[in-house]
Amino acid sequence: MAVSESATETVAAGPPPATTGFIGWMRRNLFSGIWNTLLTLVAAYLLFVIIPPVASWLFIDAVWSEAPPETCKAAHGACWAFIREKHRVIFFGRYPFFEHWRPLLGMGLLITMVMASCFRRFWRPWIALVWAGGLGAFFLVMWGGAIPISYRTAAIAAAAVALVIGLRQSNGGMRSLMLWLALLFAALILAGGAVIRVLDAVVKELFGVDDALAPLAGVWFEIPTGLSFVPTSLWGGLPLTLLLSILGIMVAFPLAILLALGRRSKLPLIRMFCVGYIELIRGVPLISLLFVGSFLLPLFLPRGVEIADLARAQVAIIGFSAAYLAEVIRGGLQAIPRGQYEAADALGLSYWQKMAKIVLPQAIVLVIPPIVNTFIGLFKDTSLVSIVSLTDLLLSTKDMAIGDVNWRAFYAEGYTFIALIYFVFCFFMSKYSQYLERQFETGRRKRR
Amino acid sequence: MANPNPTPVRAPATGAWWNDRRVRAVFYQIVFVLAVAAGIWVLVDNTIENLRARGLRTGFDFLGARSGIPISDSIIPWDPDDTFGRAYLVGILNTLRVGIVGIILATILGTIVGIARLSQNWLVSKLASIYVETIRNIPLLLQLIFIYALFGFALPEQLDPLVIGGGFFLSKGGLMFPLLKLEAAHYAAGSVFLVSFAAMIVYNVWAKRRQNATGVAPPRLLPSLAMLLLPTIIVFLAMGAPAEFDVAAKTRFRFIGGGAIGPEFLTVLLGLVIYTAAFIAEIVRSGILAVSYGQTEAAGALGLTRGQTLRLVLLPQALRVIIPPMTSQYLNLVKNSSLALIAGYQDVVAIENMTMNQTGRALEAIMLIMAVYLTISLSISLAMNTYNKRIALKER
Amino acid sequence: MKKLAIAAAAFAAAALVAGPALAGKDLDNIRKRGSLVCGVNTGLAGFSIADTQGRWTGIDVDVCRAIAAAIFGDANKVQFKPTSAQQRFQALQSGEVDVLSRNTTWTLTRDASLGMIFTGVTFYDGQGFMVAKKLGVKSARELDGAEICVQSGTTTELNLTDFLKANNMGKAKAIVFEKIEEATAAFFSGRCQAYTTDASGLASTRSKDAKNPDDFVILPELISKEPLGPAVRRGDEEFFAIVKWVLYAMVEAEEYGVDRANVDQMKGSPNPAVKRLLGVDAKNDMGKLLGLKADWAYQVIKQVGNYGDIYDRNVGPKTPLKLERGLNALWSKGGLQYAPPIR
Repeated sequence: MAVSESATETVAAGPPPATTGFIGWMRRNLFSGIWNTLLTLVAAYLLFVIIPPVASWLFIDAVWSEAPPETCKAAHGACWAFIREKHRVIFFGRYPFFEHWRPLLGMGLLITMVMASCFRRFWRPWIALVWAGGLGAFFLVMWGGAIPISYRTAAIAAAAVALVIGLRQSNGGMRSLMLWLALLFAALILAGGAVIRVLDAVVKELFGVDDALAPLAGVWFEIPTGLSFVPTSLWGGLPLTLLLSILGIMVAFPLAILLALGRRSKLPLIRMFCVGYIELIRGVPLISLLFVGSFLLPLFLPRGVEIADLARAQVAIIGFSAAYLAEVIRGGLQAIPRGQYEAADALGLSYWQKMAKIVLPQAIVLVIPPIVNTFIGLFKDTSLVSIVSLTDLLLSTKDMAIGDVNWRAFYAEGYTFIALIYFVFCFFMSKYSQYLERQFETGRRKRR
Repeated sequence: MANPNPTPVRAPATGAWWNDRRVRAVFYQIVFVLAVAAGIWVLVDNTIENLRARGLRTGFDFLGARSGIPISDSIIPWDPDDTFGRAYLVGILNTLRVGIVGIILATILGTIVGIARLSQNWLVSKLASIYVETIRNIPLLLQLIFIYALFGFALPEQLDPLVIGGGFFLSKGGLMFPLLKLEAAHYAAGSVFLVSFAAMIVYNVWAKRRQNATGVAPPRLLPSLAMLLLPTIIVFLAMGAPAEFDVAAKTRFRFIGGGAIGPEFLTVLLGLVIYTAAFIAEIVRSGILAVSYGQTEAAGALGLTRGQTLRLVLLPQALRVIIPPMTSQYLNLVKNSSLALIAGYQDVVAIENMTMNQTGRALEAIMLIMAVYLTISLSISLAMNTYNKRIALKER
Repeated sequence: MKKLAIAAAAFAAAALVAGPALAGKDLDNIRKRGSLVCGVNTGLAGFSIADTQGRWTGIDVDVCRAIAAAIFGDANKVQFKPTSAQQRFQALQSGEVDVLSRNTTWTLTRDASLGMIFTGVTFYDGQGFMVAKKLGVKSARELDGAEICVQSGTTTELNLTDFLKANNMGKAKAIVFEKIEEATAAFFSGRCQAYTTDASGLASTRSKDAKNPDDFVILPELISKEPLGPAVRRGDEEFFAIVKWVLYAMVEAEEYGVDRANVDQMKGSPNPAVKRLLGVDAKNDMGKLLGLKADWAYQVIKQVGNYGDIYDRNVGPKTPLKLERGLNALWSKGGLQYAPPIR
């Protein structure tokens, strides 16, 4: 009020109104007319009503030190002692209390890898290996127990080795051979059991020996890790939220590329299938897909195949994000000038060569900012797994921390705290995506 | 669909038939269809086998069975003796109710915030952007849970509600409001109102045609209002203007009577509106920014005020940019309303869950809600696409 | 690119799908695995609840331990899998859990159409109501006009609508919640004036979730029969029989006065019934008939206790739940717990 009065006085005094300095800035931005002044006053009044009580609740009257709930009840402010008391349960859910260093380490690993991946200088093929190693380490430290070595582990290792060798080959034939081998091993991961059973039958037919190869189907031997085994049903809190969203985007990515290519394919049946899948998934809410994962997936699998709750939700999330990512990638594909396609055709490249070497590398770089945005959305959406009873960050707070009757009155502190966690992650990622967008923008402008 | 990579014209195939592109295309598709069919066959086979092994029955016959479930919030009459089919209908109507009201309110709030973000007033634009940034970066589910908990703790006890006045009460039981006791006069006035509404539209169409034809704009606002309101008021007054209200009264446990909006519905509505409005604000903002600055300057040169510029020049043009992303926000809002079950609001998903648990028909129940959402999504897309076509730039 | 994608997809799928358990008899699977997987409640004091260190306690939990003791001779060979009301049947049907011991009501529909079969009754319960003491309500019939919080997806909501209908309580309103935690939280926050679930659940909730348990009363009426007991999948009669007879053995033990404290002395009892129960007499090996060791019931009683032991320990008058034996007393003491003879 005082300011606006002094402003009018200056006007009345004669010299031209100040356009620089603090007062000038205020005049331009806050009081440039009756309407504007009115708006400013209303907004200022709103702030005056909201800020003092919120600030005193959050900071001034808040209990920061360790304190029992009774002390908190006596105070008028927020009870951050509640967070102090329950932060481990909020962060790690049901994970065994004395083993909390493990999810802490796993969480640190994931966050470090996400942050490292933000640097453009690390956008090299080897970062995939870093991620594979990092995720392996994450599962190792989270699961603990003994690592069972079976045909499956062997096939995974063999496929990975073949893949790496294949990608490093410059010789086309050799490269192709190694990649096909990798594909074969990858198929064995799933179908190995069936292959062994067939071979077993063949051996029985030929030599009359029963179950000669059956032991191959089981666990060959185990490597103890020295850590106690913690099943996925006990995983929870922030590591779970991070895992669901990171795997959700990484595994969905190749699927999304295929879907996007399929949607632009000239082959009508393939195109119809991809359009159908994408539109179906985008037309229904995520929660219904989580129900499908949680309630129907076990029905779809052969009898006797068990699938953990975590994996069910993960499958649903992957299927969900694949459809959304596919649309993002399609946007990138459409933005590639036609000349690029024609040039590739003119060089006589095959469809896959054209896509893998010319179109996709350009298209994907183009859509990295929207991909980051999809990741932000997915990160928030993982909170829905709490509805199918996975103890993610939200459920660990709601049922385990706030569920404690002694602390129930401090729900606002709990929810504010995790809202802050979600906010920090999402806010920085969205700033990062905007930064990338500007970078690409200037890059493209320079080229012109 | 524009084909970005047309088949280059090639010299006649020199190689064998298997190098022919068309043959290959057909072959790939056959392989693909076979693979998909095999996948589906395996899934269906597993499912049938699993259902049989678990002794589960299938079919949609449960929709006709007595449900016995309680539904607290319904637009149409509900009795536990009604069937599961009707329960679904109640759920769908509840979803649509929160969806439609939510879309309207979110659009209004979002447009205001979006314009506020572009305001020349520094304070207002900062406040708007803080709102947008905060709300967008916190999961909706968390917001819903928070709001519901807030209602549960912060609102006054049911027997000691906050008396707003005029028959309005606010308590843990929700918002209670007086309800008009309907009599013949109201029905008559309502019918007259509908007729006048139609007459008003006819008048406006005529006025616009006349303006297009002659360049002279007949007065529109006042005659419209008069046509709309006067006959209704006259009829209402002539019939004695009965206005008796049903007001909630205190009983042993809570206030009963009048109309009530439960805290469950309020939570879901508030959560959806606040959340979606943040996204709509961004769309409105970028839509307005997409209109070139020359338009504003031209409007200024024509002597339009800022308000007129916004209303007559900027918004109509921005609308073309806004409609497609707005459509997807509307879809998101409806899909997000599926989180209602966290606050005890019985939308179609909550009903589906109850049905699934009471009948054990998980497959059917989940398929049914997916079908419901697909139908709603497609309808919204269709409606918005039609609207989009209507307002699209007519290129001549 | 396609190869890469497919390989990656296969990796992902392999990492997600656990190894296929060989389809076969449940009992064989349990023995092969070396432990029993037991579906329990996510948290219901007195029935199944885990403390901060993940140690489970409760009647339902003890039943699982007893089954493990009978099969393996070691009550600790159990993995507990917390399941929600919505997930429980599916968890049993799909083979995720071997036995569902999760305060589940035995009804015809469930026995006949959900691919499962109940083995017996570990707790005779009935649905009741809880209200705040200050409302002064004395009977459930007075609740016309009240809002009643209830969890969905259970028999509870069906009983409630039946009760309201039968008593013409049209003004009462059910507020339905997806999860039990939400229903109780809403009740204690004052959203509803009454809360309904099984009487044992009411007692459990009152002791665990009420700020001051004495501010709430449980009304005398029980509006339904809720016999709670463990259920197994259909298709393995052997395992079904074991679970059933483990329950009976615990009741029989109480009847003959064999409890956790005195079971070693009782081994020397001259009573032939006790001898048969504890498998002392090699010529009369009851365990063999069930495919178990002779001392199966001895292990159950020694490591877990008889029925009275587990009742008193988890829900009895000396626990926070303060539930009298009532219907759950032995038949000889006016209750319903009755075991067919072990002979």
